[in-house]
Amino acid sequence: MLKQAVLDPQGAAVENSLKALGYDRVSGVRVGKYIELNLEADSREEAALKVEEMSRRLLSNPVIEDFSYTLQEAGV
Amino acid sequence: MKFGVIVFPGSNCDLDAYHLVRDVLKQPVEYIYYNETSLGQCDVIILPGGFTYGDYLRSGAIARFSPVMPAVADFADRGGAVLGICNGFQVLTEAGLLPGALYRNDNLQFRCEQVFVRVDNNSLPFTRSASLGKVLEMPIAHGDGNYYAPPALLREMEAGGQVVFRYTDHNGDVTSAANPNGSVDNIAGVCNKNGNVVGLMPHPERAGEKILGSRHGLIIFKSIVSYFLDREVF
Repeated sequence: MLKQAVLDPQGAAVENSLKALGYDRVSGVRVGKYIELNLEADSREEAALKVEEMSRRLLSNPVIEDFSYTLQEAGV
Repeated sequence: MKFGVIVFPGSNCDLDAYHLVRDVLKQPVEYIYYNETSLGQCDVIILPGGFTYGDYLRSGAIARFSPVMPAVADFADRGGAVLGICNGFQVLTEAGLLPGALYRNDNLQFRCEQVFVRVDNNSLPFTRSASLGKVLEMPIAHGDGNYYAPPALLREMEAGGQVVFRYTDHNGDVTSAANPNGSVDNIAGVCNKNGNVVGLMPHPERAGEKILGSRHGLIIFKSIVSYFLDREVF
């Protein structure tokens, strides 16, 4: 997601479109990215560490974006 | 002196840059492919415009991890002259070799037009032949040219002369109408703290011949050539 301090032109365009559809009580629309991936790890902690590292290095740009993530065990 | 033009998968202004250096500047130039790990004997490295890796994820985000990039970073750290044009600028910000970030134009348009930019720092190897405040006419062609840096970083950059080019009208006045993409403070180009790495969204390599409508982009290339000539003489 773009940081709150960074203007989101896509979010603004989507918000205008929603309003044009009559959803006039909508505000604060932000458009982000959703990335899904499989990861092999020996523990939940290791998986969390790797996901954070990947998010900082490639998946997000820390200058303009924040990230959050959830882990879900896929089973063996 | 010798120029090197980096070719990433999806670069498309590599030929323009190569042509300008070879045929207009009459200087030696070679292509350096993204999967090479050395820059050879090049004195100036150009990261050209284009759409590396389809601009997937973010513009420049994937190219910045190309095998050639550690050599570019090492070259830049040692004071080597690096110029990033358009997508090349995006690659350099993603790589952390230039401050800030470039993202979607505020108007959501792909802007392909002539613009005016003002030289706000003429003490760099890439701008030394321009007078301070000189207004240059060059083309832009981008969808992700909206420059952003957080306020504290901006103040630091401003104080350190790192804002090199600003979008202005033809008189050199910074106006919102002259800003094609929403860039903070109309910023069109920046440099690193040492001034040896410069990135800009406009295309100086497409403004080097009369037939292209403007020759103003030449001043950036002539600056760097004169810088090396002076170094050889003195």
